[in-house]
Amino acid sequence: MYSERVMDHFNNPRNMGEVENYNAKGTVGNAKCGDIMQITMKIEDETIQDVKFKTFGCGAAVATSSIATEMVMGKPVEEALRLTNSAVVEALEGLPPVKIHCSVLAEEAIKAAIEDYRSRAPG
Amino acid sequence: MFVYCDNAATTPLCKQALEAMMPWLETGYGNASSIYKLAREAKRALEDARRTAADCLGVAAEELYFTSGGTESDNWALKGACELGGDARRHIVISAVEHHAVVNTAEYLQKKGYSLSEAPVNASGTVKPDALRSVLRPGTAIVSVISANNEIGTVQPIAELARTVKEFDKEILFHTDAVQAAGHIPLDVTPDVDMFSLSAHKFGGPKGFGALYIKSGVKLPPLLHGGGHERGRRSSTENVAGAAGLAAALEYMTGNREAFAEKAAALRDKLIGGILAAVPYCRVTGHRERRLPGTASFIFAAVEGESLVLQLDTMGVAGSSGSACASASLDPSHVLLAIGLPHEVAHGSLRLTVSHANTDKEMDHVIQSVKTAVERCRSMSPLWNAAESCPVEGFLRFYE
Ligand code: FES
Repeated sequence: MYSERVMDHFNNPRNMGEVENYNAKGTVGNAKCGDIMQITMKIEDETIQDVKFKTFGCGAAVATSSIATEMVMGKPVEEALRLTNSAVVEALEGLPPVKIHCSVLAEEAIKAAIEDYRSRAPG
Repeated sequence: MFVYCDNAATTPLCKQALEAMMPWLETGYGNASSIYKLAREAKRALEDARRTAADCLGVAAEELYFTSGGTESDNWALKGACELGGDARRHIVISAVEHHAVVNTAEYLQKKGYSLSEAPVNASGTVKPDALRSVLRPGTAIVSVISANNEIGTVQPIAELARTVKEFDKEILFHTDAVQAAGHIPLDVTPDVDMFSLSAHKFGGPKGFGALYIKSGVKLPPLLHGGGHERGRRSSTENVAGAAGLAAALEYMTGNREAFAEKAAALRDKLIGGILAAVPYCRVTGHRERRLPGTASFIFAAVEGESLVLQLDTMGVAGSSGSACASASLDPSHVLLAIGLPHEVAHGSLRLTVSHANTDKEMDHVIQSVKTAVERCRSMSPLWNAAESCPVEGFLRFYE
């Protein structure tokens, strides 16, 4: 039921873990099935220098978090904020319909992390 | 190495069943309801199969009706009983740990205006006679309690529960979904049991074939109308190969039942012992003793079941999970909730169902794989405290 792309990210998750000395952290949960995703980032000069994820959820949730970190790594914060779940799904070569909600979580976790960074930043 | 540990989902077709089926797929293709020789031979094979299966089950051949499987049998039993109950009996009772074939049929009938009650289970997943009695009513049409649960393997005291129902009101029909039990453990077919369902592919027979036992004297109306097959009660051209396969598989399993059950239980116990020893924050679900010989079911803290099943797949182990994420509806298993697990704990469920065909060496591989898979899932999990090797707070109490 999952594409090869999804299985690749599931079996070899990129950027899994927690960024040391992160200055941005977003944890979001999903009311649908109860999964939880955590994104940590090191942001410098409005650019995402490092990003890592941790996910408690299904194969699709793990794969979307993994690919989403790749998609925002090294990107300016403004650009990362424009990441949509449909872009994530497309990058994964599709998800089963019942699993689309898992990809929303990745988008939300990234936004939550950036919001957290903004709330910490002086001024 | 590939180890199949999902025998509760389906079993491979056994050699005996395949051999019994082949003639009726190749040269013996006649329609069993026609009158020429080719057809008469098919009819004879069908009735031979019915007799063999009935003997294995300890019922009369005339009481066994072939169907397309467990789901149809469950639908027939519940819908038929409600129809039979007429206006006087418009109440249905099911247990809290039924298969979806019973749950969704009962809920469909509820939408049609029947009232529905659920008999609760205790933490082991067992329905107690008192708990069942408390939900019975004068207008109850049918009570349906699963013989052995498909997720946690708990075996119900069917004879006792059926007696409880009949003592309350002998006109209430008692049905049991014996899909997981048939062929694996002796069925409690007492005179108090009016109907039971079974499915061939759960004990080495073909998929898409099963049976409903209807005690003689119970006038269950048909579910399928048509050409009047199965003595007018279940129309559809007879699946002779299916019947031959069901009978051969059931005969094989029944003839070896004790040896097979003993072997499966030994493997299951090795699996349970090995996993509990290898993986911290893990618990067995279901009744410790009164459980199916091949069923080992667990919950792991801070792990999501679908991910766990996928991890195991990469290591060549086939299992399943009752996690919300693993279900098409995104609801956690009602069985795991019924035994008192909160949603987030039910998330970490894993079911491994072995058979006599598995080996000791395979179990070593499975134990090692589960350990590695759980570790991988936990290393990714925000609910796992890696520094202290325990779940983050709030989860601990379920694993003590
Ligand atoms: S995380 Fe639950 S379905 Fe994807």
